[in-house]
Amino acid sequence: MGDLIQTIIAKYNYWIYITLMMIGLYAMIAKNNLVKKIVGMGIFQTAIILFYVSIGAKRGATIPILEHGHGEQGHEISSHMVHAVDYINPLPHVLMLTAIVVAVATLGVALALAIRVYNRYNTLEEDEILEQIREK
Amino acid sequence: MSQQYPALIVIVPLLAAFIISAAGWVNKRLCFPVAVAALSVATYSSIGLLLRVLDQGVVLYKLGGWDPPWGIAYYVDHLNGLVLVVVSAVALINLIASKKIIEQEFPEKTGPFYTLYVLMVTGLLGIVVTGDAFNLYVLLEIASLTGYGLLAMGGGRGPLAALNYLYMGTIGACFYLLGIGYLYIVTGSLNMVDIAGILPSLYQSKAVLTAFIICMVGVWLKMAFFPLHAWLPNAYTYAPSASSSLIAPLMTKVMIYVMIRLILTVFTPQFSFTILAVNESIVWLAVIAIVMGAVLALAERNLKKMLTYIIIAEVGYMVGGAWLGNRAGMTGAILHIVNDALMTLCVFLVVGNIVYKIKGYAFDDLKGLFRKMPFTMGAFVVGALSIIGVPPTCGFFSKWYLISGGIAAGHYGFVAALLFSSLVNVVLFFRIIELGYFEPFSDHHGHNHHPEPIDEAPLSMLVPLIIVAAGLVVVGMYTGDIVTRIIDFAIPAGIV
Amino acid sequence: MKVIGFIIAVLTGGLLIYATVDFPEWADPASPASMHVSPHYIEKTMEETSVPNIVTAVLADYRGYDTMFETAVIFSAGVVCFLLLRIFLRNAPEERLYRHVLTGVTIRIKRGGRLPYSEDFKRIDTLWTPHDLIIKTISRLLIPFIQLFGLYVIAHGHHSPGGGFQGGVILGASIILLAISYDLRTALRRIREKVDAILCAAGVFIYAGTGALCLLLGFNFLDYSALASVLHVDPVTARSHGILIVEIGVGITVMATMIWIYKNLASTGKYDEGL
Repeated sequence: MGDLIQTIIAKYNYWIYITLMMIGLYAMIAKNNLVKKIVGMGIFQTAIILFYVSIGAKRGATIPILEHGHGEQGHEISSHMVHAVDYINPLPHVLMLTAIVVAVATLGVALALAIRVYNRYNTLEEDEILEQIREK
Repeated sequence: MSQQYPALIVIVPLLAAFIISAAGWVNKRLCFPVAVAALSVATYSSIGLLLRVLDQGVVLYKLGGWDPPWGIAYYVDHLNGLVLVVVSAVALINLIASKKIIEQEFPEKTGPFYTLYVLMVTGLLGIVVTGDAFNLYVLLEIASLTGYGLLAMGGGRGPLAALNYLYMGTIGACFYLLGIGYLYIVTGSLNMVDIAGILPSLYQSKAVLTAFIICMVGVWLKMAFFPLHAWLPNAYTYAPSASSSLIAPLMTKVMIYVMIRLILTVFTPQFSFTILAVNESIVWLAVIAIVMGAVLALAERNLKKMLTYIIIAEVGYMVGGAWLGNRAGMTGAILHIVNDALMTLCVFLVVGNIVYKIKGYAFDDLKGLFRKMPFTMGAFVVGALSIIGVPPTCGFFSKWYLISGGIAAGHYGFVAALLFSSLVNVVLFFRIIELGYFEPFSDHHGHNHHPEPIDEAPLSMLVPLIIVAAGLVVVGMYTGDIVTRIIDFAIPAGIV
Repeated sequence: MKVIGFIIAVLTGGLLIYATVDFPEWADPASPASMHVSPHYIEKTMEETSVPNIVTAVLADYRGYDTMFETAVIFSAGVVCFLLLRIFLRNAPEERLYRHVLTGVTIRIKRGGRLPYSEDFKRIDTLWTPHDLIIKTISRLLIPFIQLFGLYVIAHGHHSPGGGFQGGVILGASIILLAISYDLRTALRRIREKVDAILCAAGVFIYAGTGALCLLLGFNFLDYSALASVLHVDPVTARSHGILIVEIGVGITVMATMIWIYKNLASTGKYDEGL
């Protein structure tokens, strides 16, 4: 039991993000309304972004901006060494800046497609659209 | 400048896309020449790069001047080089062949269309040439977003089909991203060769196994491997001809390349084939894909949709061949990437020609077309023979390698599925050839009642088509060279 | 469909959680991700690029190639929205509504006629809501400061959290605020469509062009130390300046694309009336 509590405290962040991802995935597959699927897509992608960012955390470390760098002759070897343990991992943040932009772009394209679908079929519910297609 | 070929392949089309976009607002006639020039430079650079790789082995190019794994690096080896040449050549030929039909279908928006075309080719070239796993995701998203836009331009059911493709494609790309995240957690690196170096000590880890499964499922979603193929028929059928003849030959093949790259380079063959031991099951899935593709194609009365189901079967060939686990099967899969791109381009260009002249592609519209458009239908016959697998066209040779790989692995179900699919292809294509050749030409084509006679498609659409059809035979005759000089080096020595 | 979706979600979630058994703990300083590649970034950024903000240095220099394609993603999303939605209206809209400002009387003019511009009659949208004087005034006062802040965020990406993307979005949001608080036509008058589209392409072109310039000067693509000869500084400071140039390019593109996508979506391509 103590072991289980230990595991939960160590890894609960990953479990929460995976649960969020699965909520988004369920919405994308199971919902009927096209816009609800887009919302589910947003939840899915945001949960992946949170997952990545949590990889970079370090206990007791601060944000990856060098304090003493400001105002000095930048690139000369400064008198105090920079220790990697003092700053959190910057790489997941960089990757997720890219992923956020990609998510926004996909959202824009999905909305444009939904507007086109609405102009054609006058409804956003998938079952009504399939009925209209079958009738043609 | 030849040192910079790896960068030029991606940069020149990228810069050209921005120039085309601005030029589209100023003077529309500049767009096409700039696009052709950019893709020609890309083709030339990729051929030059392949010759360099054949000369001196793996080419390493460091972007930004940083060493890997701290910066992004390109590793170009034989597999990369071959697929690069195929992608750039197919895109260039298709651009030249589609000029007239783009101007017929979208007279006001040629600028943005060419921009998206060139951007998509940039994305595909970048996916093939990169050596960094996260860079692959970004380029995959460029290719996907531009693909959704290009496919949605077809009126009617186009936007809905593209929206469904968007949902499934986004799930696929996000699964790939998640898999790379899992690999990053346990290895700490994003560079493909670096990950392959760190992984052997971690083969027993559950996270690596899950990463492999999730990456594979994501890539299968994007290549329309059965049962994740539901988006492909609608998306490619209701698209404009220029888009479908670009995307159909290339997108699925590039995703097959990504899968092979993951199997061979990132997760080395020792992990993928020996430790994992799921070869049999995946090849059985491929068998089901081939059979379902063939059967569903039989049920269609619409030429374009029938061709899309054949694409699903071809994807099954390649996935099955790659997962057989022996050299012949992998050779067959890689050779089939090249051959299938050419074959699919050929038949989709034919459909483009038919649509340009007749504005329809149901079977009823095809009656008696042989006498009216002899060159187009002649090229269609060559493409059909290649898909069926008749020597000396290239389709025969890749099927030969796949079948010998299946026999060597003892997987007779795969061999049976290949032969069954060839027979079904014979039925499918001879049906069309019979309609086109033997039926009399009917004058009522639904909604066009124009009295002008239907004649052959214009030269700018015909000459590229004939070049591609001739290329099918030429590539078939040079198969021996391609296999011994390029593909043999692409497969690591560990596979027999 | 709901049952299939539920089963797929549960199975996938189960597989993913099963794999977390092998993960390092949360916030473990000795995890592989924190030990392998990132210490080099943290320790060597100052001496190699002289940019204190490590995230900006990694984003625009070490992994600058990714960022260029990310900007291309945003650009292509703008082009896709334009390609799909834009309808160039050959005929004028069927009817226009005008409101007399002093009395509040609305007149409707059919069959494409239009009133000449005058102070007394203002054109309103079909789905029109009364505009609040407070909102209009406050927005008009705030927008210049928002834009100033956006420029600050772009320029100070080296020393504080910020950079091209963040600043570009803030700048784009200022114009969208104008469109929401007044109406779409006001925002269209501020930034015309042609200018917007060319700005989009120009921003990314600056980014890729800087990289191509480095290529032409003999170094590898996006190797900013090549700019040392152009800018007459030493290679490390050249990297810092190169990062600033590409961030400006990114900011321009993101601003222009946000406005472009908003205009296309809000007016469903007609550029006539919208939110």
